[in-house]
Amino acid sequence: MKPRTRRALWIVGGLAALGVATALVLNAFQSNLVFFFTPTQVADHEAPHGRSFRIGGLVEQGSLVHEKDALTVRFRVTDTAKTIPVVYSGILPDLFKEGKGVVAQGSIGPDGVFHATQVLAKHDENYMPPEAAEALRKAGHPIDRTAFAGQGGKP
Amino acid sequence: MIPELGHFALVVALALALAQSAFSFVGAATGRRALMGTSRSIATGQFVFVAGAFAALAYSFVTSDFSVVNVVQHSNSKLPWYYRFAATWGSHEGSMLLWTLMLAIWTFAVAAFSRHLPERLVTRVIGVMGLVSVGFLLFILLTSDPFERLIPAAAEGQDLNPLLQDPGMVAHPPMLYTGYVGFSVAFAFAIAALLEGRFDAAWARWSRPWTTAAWCFLTVGIMMGSIWAYYELGWGGWWFWDPVENASFMPWLAGTALIHSLAVTEKRGTFRAWTVLLAIVAFSLSLVGTFLVRSGVLTSVHAFATDPRRGIFILLFLVLVIGSSLALFAWRAPRVGLGSSFAPVSRESMLLANNVLLAVALAAVMLGTLYPLFLDALHLGKISVGPPYFDAVFFPLMAPAVFLMAIGPVASWKHAALPDMWMRMRWAFGIAIVTAFLLPFVLGRWSPLVAFGLWLGLWVVAATIAQVWQRLSSAPQRGFAARVRAQSLSWYGMHCAHLGIAVFIFGVTIVEGYATERDLRMAPGEHTAIAGYDFEFKGTHELPGPNYTAVQGDFDVRRVGSSDVFLELHPQKRTYAASGQTQTEASIDPGLTRDLYVSLGEPVEGDAWGVRVYYKPFVDWIWGGCALMALGGFLALCDRRYRLKRAASVPAGAAAARP
Repeated sequence: MKPRTRRALWIVGGLAALGVATALVLNAFQSNLVFFFTPTQVADHEAPHGRSFRIGGLVEQGSLVHEKDALTVRFRVTDTAKTIPVVYSGILPDLFKEGKGVVAQGSIGPDGVFHATQVLAKHDENYMPPEAAEALRKAGHPIDRTAFAGQGGKP
Repeated sequence: MIPELGHFALVVALALALAQSAFSFVGAATGRRALMGTSRSIATGQFVFVAGAFAALAYSFVTSDFSVVNVVQHSNSKLPWYYRFAATWGSHEGSMLLWTLMLAIWTFAVAAFSRHLPERLVTRVIGVMGLVSVGFLLFILLTSDPFERLIPAAAEGQDLNPLLQDPGMVAHPPMLYTGYVGFSVAFAFAIAALLEGRFDAAWARWSRPWTTAAWCFLTVGIMMGSIWAYYELGWGGWWFWDPVENASFMPWLAGTALIHSLAVTEKRGTFRAWTVLLAIVAFSLSLVGTFLVRSGVLTSVHAFATDPRRGIFILLFLVLVIGSSLALFAWRAPRVGLGSSFAPVSRESMLLANNVLLAVALAAVMLGTLYPLFLDALHLGKISVGPPYFDAVFFPLMAPAVFLMAIGPVASWKHAALPDMWMRMRWAFGIAIVTAFLLPFVLGRWSPLVAFGLWLGLWVVAATIAQVWQRLSSAPQRGFAARVRAQSLSWYGMHCAHLGIAVFIFGVTIVEGYATERDLRMAPGEHTAIAGYDFEFKGTHELPGPNYTAVQGDFDVRRVGSSDVFLELHPQKRTYAASGQTQTEASIDPGLTRDLYVSLGEPVEGDAWGVRVYYKPFVDWIWGGCALMALGGFLALCDRRYRLKRAASVPAGAAAARP
């Protein structure tokens, strides 16, 4: 084999490997995108069935119920226009409170209840999760700008 | 008075940074020695004034000067003094000042420790670093003044975020920033080389120790962040693929590729253009990472718009730095030359594979981190990219890289013979396969993923042992001790860092494969048993802290079947007085082969609590591996060839490498 042919083969091989890697990456990317929906969108059946997504809004005052003998909690998430009932089994994050912003990830069940697999609270007292703030804004209740003041999340 | 002095010191530092870059570039371009000679002293002066400004801010924090807005927003008089000090970098403004301080320290170090390098090159390096410093000082002075006054002064501060009130806050950010900013030296060397048109092996050798040092600090910084997240976030995860973590991980990936590509450039004069490009990329990613984390873009792209000056400045600065250095690269790269050729099987080709895999992994992490931001910024909807994406992409890409890492050091430069490598490595290969097949049975449960992970780690360990043994037994010196001494520190450093990867892989494989996690409801007097340990919840009581009150849970831990309490764990739920925030403090019993981890959820009803009880086998090996990697880098850094004077360091193969 001539050196030039050999080099060409190597380059073709390398490009093919890179192509396969790119295809794998994009495929994994596509199947792991988690979309966000507001309670209003969920109530209007815009959210997908059988696929995980995120909802955000405020935890409705007085809606938090601990079930007996277990770690299951029920609460309602609202964007002030519509509310969605949520059920979650596990320990809630420190910053979870009624009347505060919350983002939950999970899927909607046939009963219309959102079954959360994860409740996120990457924010402090002053700070609203961006998704939750977005949900309120879309429902026509933009929150005060000072609510963005804090720095949330991991340091 | 002190804050005004600090502000003034920043203005002086800006003037000095301007002078530093102007004098350096003009001096280097015209070859006037008098001008070039000033660069070192100006850099020293700039360091003194930036350090002065930082000291002024730290003083305001430690003395709780609540007439400074920054102090009011991020501190509180009830904080212990070390957290008041650490609060200096708890804010956006303060962390930018810390960044600038680190830059000034690195510049000062370059000025002090590179007297044996050609003066024109060093002058240009200092000039480039001066330009970066100008950018940061302007940013601080124009948009993020940490010394802004509050009139009238507040009576009390709003407190530091409770998450940050932790020893991790004292050590992690400075360490991480030292790493980030350290890549500015590699960047400055690359730009200086582009300006000079000089890319020989000597250049690579000069910039190598700086790059390795930065990489070590970054490794330790990321490790500390991971440990901190593990115990402070209260749910025992050690890596979340959170954008904040990715922001620090991307420069690490680029830096890892860079130190390997620098090795090729130093030894063989090859990969020169690629090395320069990687140096630019590593530093650019450090800049992007800093801004991603500290500007608030991640918490909300639109929060960014609340202060458009900052956003526009940051974007302009990034475009300017990255754009101009890439333009310079495009203009000068054709002069860099290709260097010597190599066979498809050779050490060069393996390091090339390492670099390609790291670069692809970097691109994949970047896609997952930045894509949601772009969509959001363009109002195309809110999405997030879950950890499964990163797991699915990152581990398959790294597995071949780790496999090659084990044999790379055996391959000869230029051309390696596969049969010879097989002869040298076959025992290591066989032992690794057999052990990896059997070990999962010992650990409890056989699964293909665990076996594969163990095999990768064992393969690295076995191959490393084989190589060290073969090298030492074939060395010409008499006596074992003499042979051990005869090997270079950078050779030991390389193997130490590679073993660190193996230790890290063991930790990840075993903890992901065999960790037991249980979230449950426990009333006082109730027991739960996991992994052979019995946990009894005794109840809770209140405990006052300096600036919080805690509810402390008491747990007795026994081995199943024994009645002796060998361990008491006391997780806390703290409520901070100033902010009213609650914060979970996990209680952990660390060990070489397992961690026992208990944290409190919330009170459920009556005296019952939601409780997390975790058994984490070998989790500490994850960070032990990181520490070994950093130690390996440090050993390589101490290699005596980096300390040789220029006269003595006639570069091997440099003549061939010169363009």
